[in-house]
Parts: sequence; structure tokens; C-alpha cells
Amino acid sequence: MDDKELYFWRGPLPETQALPPDAAPEPWGETRVVGKPVTRVDAYDRVSGSAIYPSDVILPDMLHAAVLTCPHAHALVKKVDTAGAEKMPGVRAVLKDGMPGTNVPWFQGRGGFSSRLFDPHCRYEGDEVAVVAADTIYQAWDAVRAIDVEYEVLPHAVTVEDAMKPDAPGLRDGGNVPPAAKPYERGNVAEGFKAADVVLEQTYTTPCELHNPMELHGCVAKWDGPRLTVWESTQGVYAVQSGVANALKLPLANVRAIGPYMGGGFGSKLETGKYSVMAALLARKTGRPVRLFYTREQVCRSMGNRPANTISLKVGAKRDGTLVALESRAVGTGGAYAEDGTGGVDYLIRELYTCPNVRCENSSALTNAGPQRAFRAPGHPQGAWALESLMDALAARLGMDPVELRLKNVPAASQTRNGVPYSTTGLADCLREGATAFGWAEARGRRPAPSHIKRGVGVAAGMWQGGAGGPPSTAIVKLFPDGSANLNMGASDIGCGTKTWGAQIVAEELHVGLDRISVEHADTGTTQFATPSGGSKTVPTESPAIRSAALDVKRQLLSMAAEQLKVPAADLDLRGGEIVSKADPAKKLGVGQVQAFGRRGVLVGVGYRGPNPQGKATNPFGAQFAEVEVDTKTGEIRVLRFLSAHDSGRVLNEKMFRNQVNGGVTMGIGFGLTEERVMDRQLGKLLTANLHDYKMPTALDAPADKTVIAIDPHDTFCNTGAKGLGEPATIPTAPAIANAVFHATGLRVTDAPMSPARVLRAMAALKPAPAGRKGEE
Amino acid sequence: MSHDEQGKPAATATGVSRRGFITSVGSGAIGVAAAGALVKGAPPSPPPDTLKAGDLSAVTITVNGRRHQVLVEARWSLLYVLRDRLGLTGTKIGCERGECGACTVLIDGKARYACMTLAVEADGHEVTTVEGLMQGEELGPVQQAFAEDDAFQCGYCTPGQVMAAEGLLRENPSPTIEDVRHGMAGNICRCGAYAHIFTAVVKAADLKRGGR
Repeated sequence: MDDKELYFWRGPLPETQALPPDAAPEPWGETRVVGKPVTRVDAYDRVSGSAIYPSDVILPDMLHAAVLTCPHAHALVKKVDTAGAEKMPGVRAVLKDGMPGTNVPWFQGRGGFSSRLFDPHCRYEGDEVAVVAADTIYQAWDAVRAIDVEYEVLPHAVTVEDAMKPDAPGLRDGGNVPPAAKPYERGNVAEGFKAADVVLEQTYTTPCELHNPMELHGCVAKWDGPRLTVWESTQGVYAVQSGVANALKLPLANVRAIGPYMGGGFGSKLETGKYSVMAALLARKTGRPVRLFYTREQVCRSMGNRPANTISLKVGAKRDGTLVALESRAVGTGGAYAEDGTGGVDYLIRELYTCPNVRCENSSALTNAGPQRAFRAPGHPQGAWALESLMDALAARLGMDPVELRLKNVPAASQTRNGVPYSTTGLADCLREGATAFGWAEARGRRPAPSHIKRGVGVAAGMWQGGAGGPPSTAIVKLFPDGSANLNMGASDIGCGTKTWGAQIVAEELHVGLDRISVEHADTGTTQFATPSGGSKTVPTESPAIRSAALDVKRQLLSMAAEQLKVPAADLDLRGGEIVSKADPAKKLGVGQVQAFGRRGVLVGVGYRGPNPQGKATNPFGAQFAEVEVDTKTGEIRVLRFLSAHDSGRVLNEKMFRNQVNGGVTMGIGFGLTEERVMDRQLGKLLTANLHDYKMPTALDAPADKTVIAIDPHDTFCNTGAKGLGEPATIPTAPAIANAVFHATGLRVTDAPMSPARVLRAMAALKPAPAGRKGEE
Repeated sequence: MSHDEQGKPAATATGVSRRGFITSVGSGAIGVAAAGALVKGAPPSPPPDTLKAGDLSAVTITVNGRRHQVLVEARWSLLYVLRDRLGLTGTKIGCERGECGACTVLIDGKARYACMTLAVEADGHEVTTVEGLMQGEELGPVQQAFAEDDAFQCGYCTPGQVMAAEGLLRENPSPTIEDVRHGMAGNICRCGAYAHIFTAVVKAADLKRGGR
């Protein structure tokens, strides 16, 4: 996975205007507002029910749409008879392949491949066949059920193994298996393993995980003559604007995408959905606004996933724990249209620890299953599951403390980026300070009580490939004559508190109370360009631009005041709505008394995101510690307490930082213990198409005892020094739990999720009976 | 008085047959008197127990203290009526099959999934939604605690979480963290804000007791 891919932007990345040479402000010292655990500026809206999410948008005369999807894993649509459906009560429009406007290319790829909006070649259970708009959603579904489709059912393959067979049913011309990418190589692994005192090898598997954000995927579309407005639950309004404009051949200026509130995405809402195009076409055909949201079942089938991976990993080390060789082979499937099922899987293997000899090989195949989408740290939790489990096994084999083994191999430079040093790395501090706060040594030394319920502790570390952010970003800060301010930016707040930390930065620089700052964002009609919020780059990308915009306003204001007070601008400071001379505090002016400002009405400051420093690599790091209880009779694992130590640079809001880390841990608990997409190999159908069968962590799966430690190494890679956090928080969680399970039971579970059935099976295979603590594979 | 004499077959468009349907789907005491009338006055066959899609019944639902008379199809969920008929979009749609809890409301003071409740089942009952916890423009204690403790991220499941907490605290005004974990287990937060939700519910209990 290329670093540029983490911008989730199709086509060339726009550039931000070049910064003036004196534009880089000093890093913050002590801060008054930034970093403080203030309540979110939109907390009221979200807890009162007044926040209007895209699925809440109700427009006059609005129609409701429902989508007919293919019930087969692989089929050709021979005939779609909509005559009956069209005559049903309340039905206003039906769309299917061949109708005007529906010839929209979709899912393009290798060798000129392209499917289309209602492609008659359905490649997985869930491919869209037709869509209906009706007066009520119930009538729309009645009509969908009345559409008569004749399918020619084709043979299918839903597992990578089946899809890679020479006689496997082909999903497209050119075969299921894309040409193999060149393996990643540095040093010489064969030599490395020869030089090793200890070599361990293990195959690990990870589940296919479904994003399942709480708000379903969809939008409301409305035309005003040639102009289209789409209210969409999305991570990036500008991505929706460009996707929809491209699909419908509209000028960008005529497509307005709005999505200030959105109910979660985790990567699934980075792309433009077919639903936006379908809703727009239906709205155009009927002359009425259309709301189209997928059902939970459709979201499970069609709206992306984290590919399941099989990773064979081999490590070679010296007796003192120095790593000398790492070699991995990973296999995965991106489903029916996404060709890469292994993106990001090997990143940690190449980068997390110092190792001179590394070789990583990945292969993928297309299958008749829902296509993957970027999912919170693509590939990284899978890679961490393998690497951090094997590191734990290596520590046990060497008789080393797992924390010590990791500390021994902490790199100071990025080995995958030509050895450039990290701008900062807090990895060692995360491990050390985390271990101390967790009571690691003491907890590890605890003698197990003689019981079928075993207790243990485990550690795992991680980092994220992205998290540095960078251009482009533009933010605007407006100052009003009463000293209140408005922040305008394009970024979405996907739950990470973007509006709040943005307002905190403005409050810091302009000395304004948060209750006097409004935030306008995520609207292509009124706010600035932003790439989608993903890749843990919203903070490092937008926060420096916001700070620069606030400083731009301040500079203008102080220079106006300096003229009026007849003092140098450098002598002036802005405090609590007043401009005060540092030399003579008696010389001051209220913001509203600045005459030049009064003539202007509103002061507008613009901030751009400058480039990151050359010759440095910037990444967030983390280490997590788990204490678990394993019931050796039932195979159940309970996470009792959890500690996360994260270096994401400067913390912008302590309360939201904690919340986000704990959220990542919760998702990691799902990855490690409960979540798994299950496909029926014979029928090719999804068996876990709802939230009962697809088990996301609930309040009972998440421990109440969660601690979060922030490690801030005072990075200056950008003017706020804040790196990304959302993704790193979920990367080491599952292996930390697995390593705790080993510590508790002597059982090394290599297949995630560690369901009770799997744990019991692994336990039965373990001979002799679990020794606990001492044993190792 | 006979329906036949009036030329109005009992099985069609009057309230009687619908009341019978309501009783048959188990909404307790609602419409018992009307059902009695059906037994006495209805023709022996065919049994008037089938409504067509699109047939409307009048129901009266008290939502946040306000009586609403609504014509509903028998298959409409309370969730649909709250959101799409009454415009109360604070109650969220997440799965429509009782698995996620985003649509949690109080029915007669108890936390219930609005997606698993037919509007006709709510006839004659008192429903409280997240909007109903507001005291004018002021947040209610549970909402206040959720805001202060940052007990959400994207906020989409939050109205449901808030209502589940409200229901829990009405039954158990002083829950322990373990009580809270069990009480909130029917509401999924995909952002995983549980740790903060737990402390918020405990704080809300305190606020409700007049702790501040």
C-alpha cells in the first residue's frame, strides 16, 4: 500500500497553495485550551437528538427507495420484469440496467475491466440489480419483492483457495488472480536465518471483519434544476461530490455534498456509493427528492470488509533477542471487485522492529464475495496478529520478558523509507511507561491460583503506516467584531471530535471562549476542500491549517490595532477580546474598537497545510497491555483490564483522546474475540448478515477497567505536533489479548477470533494438558 | 345493532376488525371492548383477521406527553411512525430487527426497541423518545452526563444509549458498574465508547438523585 493511497482520493492529489516563508509558527508551549478535556462543541446536538444525520433528512414530497440485489453468489441477469412492480400502489419509479442514465461505469480495474451500475453479471450475493422509489419505504420494498428476475446461476468461489484453482469459475476476463506484485525484500533472509540462534515459524489466520457503522449507508438526493444536492453519510463530502459528478457527467460546481453529522464509517464510507447515483437518477426521473439507505443486511453484504488473511511468518533471532530475519507470506481476497486482499498486511513486519533481512510476499484472488474497503488501519491488525504473537512466542523461547524483547528491537529510523529517521518515536516509552503503569512485572509474576479459570497478562506493540497527514488542506477562520469566531473547513467529523479540537485551536490562538466559536464543515457548497477523513490523517492534516488560519486573522487584527495605537504589532497580544500592549498594558483596545476592522465587518484568515519536513518519517506508535481470564472448561475469554500507551504526538483533547483509544481497543476486542464474517462455501451466501450473527462487542465484552496513557515526544513535523490516533489504537489489541491467553493457559491460539469453540479445540489439541506459564510451542 | 343491517360488512373498513387484529398480536388490554363487540356482532365467516397492506388503522400514541392520533398500516413499526410520520428523528434506525438498540425508546417507562414494536401495539401507550428527556432547551440528567463524560463518538447510537440508560435508572436508581454493563448490553456502540458510557450512566444516577 502506497502512502498516497492513505489519502483515499482518486486521481492526482490536489496541491495546497505554497506557504509564505515566515508562515511556520513556533510550536505551542503551555496551552490554555488545546489538550484540555473540554466537552465537545457538538455534544448537545448529539445527546439531545437535535443533530440531523443524513438518514434523518426529511424533505417535502420526498420519496423512499429500496434496492433489489442479486441473491446468488454468481449469476447472469437474463431478464428483469418490473411491469408488476411499476403498477403497485405508491411506486413512482423503477430503474434497472439499460434504462437511460444507468450506463455508469463502476469497479474498474486491470486490463480495462469495468462493471456498471446494474451490471447483469452479478459477481456476489448483493450486487445491485434494480431500484424502486415509492411514497413509503414499505411500498418500495413491496415493489422490490414484486420484481421478477430471471438469473442464470453460475458456479462460484468464495474462498481464496477455491478461487485460485486453475478450473475456478472466473469472475472476469484475465482470471481471478492478478499478476503477482514483486515481493518486498531487504537484506538477505536466507543469510539472516543462517545467522540466527533461534528460528520460529507459524501460520496465523485472521477473520474477515465487517465495518458495520451504526448509521446505514445511504443518502438523500434532491435536484434544483441542473444542480444536485446530496446529503450523505460519508467520511468525505468532496469524494462524494467528485464521484457523483463523474458518474452523472455533471460539473463539480453543480453537485453539492453535505454531511456534517455521520454515524460512523471506519473506512467503509470513504468511497462514493452506488446509492448516491441511484438516488440522484430516481430523483431526476420523478422530479422529487429521494431517500435511499441500504438495510443492515445489505450493508453487511456490500459495504466493505477487512479481508481475511492467512499469514505465514518466520522469525530468526540471536540469543540476546536481536532480530536477524523476518519472512512472511500472506494470502487474502478483496472479494468480487477489489483486487488486493493483502494491502498493509506486511507493513509492521517490515517496519515495527529493527531487522536487517526481511522478505514479504503477498498474493490475492478475486472471490464471489462482497468487495473489501479500507477498514481502520488496513492490513495492520492482521499483520500485528501474526508479528506480535510470534514475538511473544520468541520471547518465551528465549526466556525473555516480552517487553524487553520488543525494547531490544525498537528502531530509530524507518527501514522501509531508506533509513530516514523518525521525526519522533515514542515506541520505547509506550512500552516502558505502559508496563510500569500496568504493573506488568508484578502481574506477570503472579502465581496462578489452582482453578479452571486462569488469569494472565499480555503485551503487544504497533504503529500505523499513515498518521502524518500533509497537504492539501485549507481552513478559514472568520472573526466577528464582537470577538466571536467561525471555523470553516471541509473535513468530516466521523466521531473523532474534529469540530471540537478545531474550535479548541481557534480558541487557543484568538483567546475566545469555545461558546463563542461556531464550526461549519463537511459541505462542498460552503466549506473548503478536504480529502476524506481516513488514514488517521484528519488531525495532522487539518489542525496545522486551522492554526495557521487563526494566526492569519490574529496577524491582520494586530496590525490594524498597531496602526491605531501607534505601537509595533509585535508589541501587541490578543487576550480575552482585548488587544493589549505588552510594553504598556494600559494601552489596549477592545476587538470591536479597532476602527479598520469595523470598516471591514468580518476579518477572514486563511490557513494552508504546509508539507512535512524532508528526510523525516512521521508515524504514530503504541503499546497495549491486557489482563484476561480464560475459562478452560468453556473456552470463554474475558478481558478484565486493558491499558493503552500511545504516542500520537500532541494530544488535542485529553478526554476525546482517551475515548478514541478505548474505542479502538473495543474494536480490537471484536477482531480478537467475537467478529467473523462467515460465508457458506456451497451456496456462496453470507451467513452473518445481521448484528445477531455478526458479533460486534457489546457493553459486556468491553472491560470497564481501561487506562489510556499519552506519550508525547514533542514532535514538530507540523505546527501542532499532533499525529493521527484512530487507527493505531486498534492495531495491537487482539495480539495483546492472545498473548495474555498464552500467559494464562500456555495455549497459543493462532486463529482469530478466539471464539470459545476455537479455544476449546486448540486446548484439546494441546498435549499434554496445559502447563501454563512455563510451556512454549 | 347489526353491522349487516347497516350495510357495512364488519370485515372491511371500520375499526372493529382492526381492533381484533390488534388483540390477536398481543397488545394486552388495548381494544378489548371493541374485540368483544366483534365477537358479538361479526358474521360467522370469513374471519375478519386479515388486513391488506395499505389498509389504515387509527391509533392514539402519547409521545413525550403529547397525544398523537395517527393512521397507520398494521405492519408499520413504531420506529417508522416516530421518525417518518411524526418527524421525531432523534430515535435512530440501525438494524430494524432488534439487535443494535439505536431505536431504544421508553414505552410506559420501560426501555424498548421501537423497531420491534408495531405502531398498533403502541396504541394507547406512553412513549418517551430522546427528545422527551429534554427540559425545554436544557439537557436532562442522562443527556448531561453523556455530554460531560464524552460517552459517544459519532453519536448515532447515542439517543438509544441515553434511553436505555434512562430506562435502567428508572428501574435501578443506584446501579453498580456491573449493573450498568448488563443494563446497557442491548445497545451496540460501534465506536466503542463503552468505558465512557459506563461512567456517564453512573454519573447520571448521581445527577438524578440531585447530586448536583
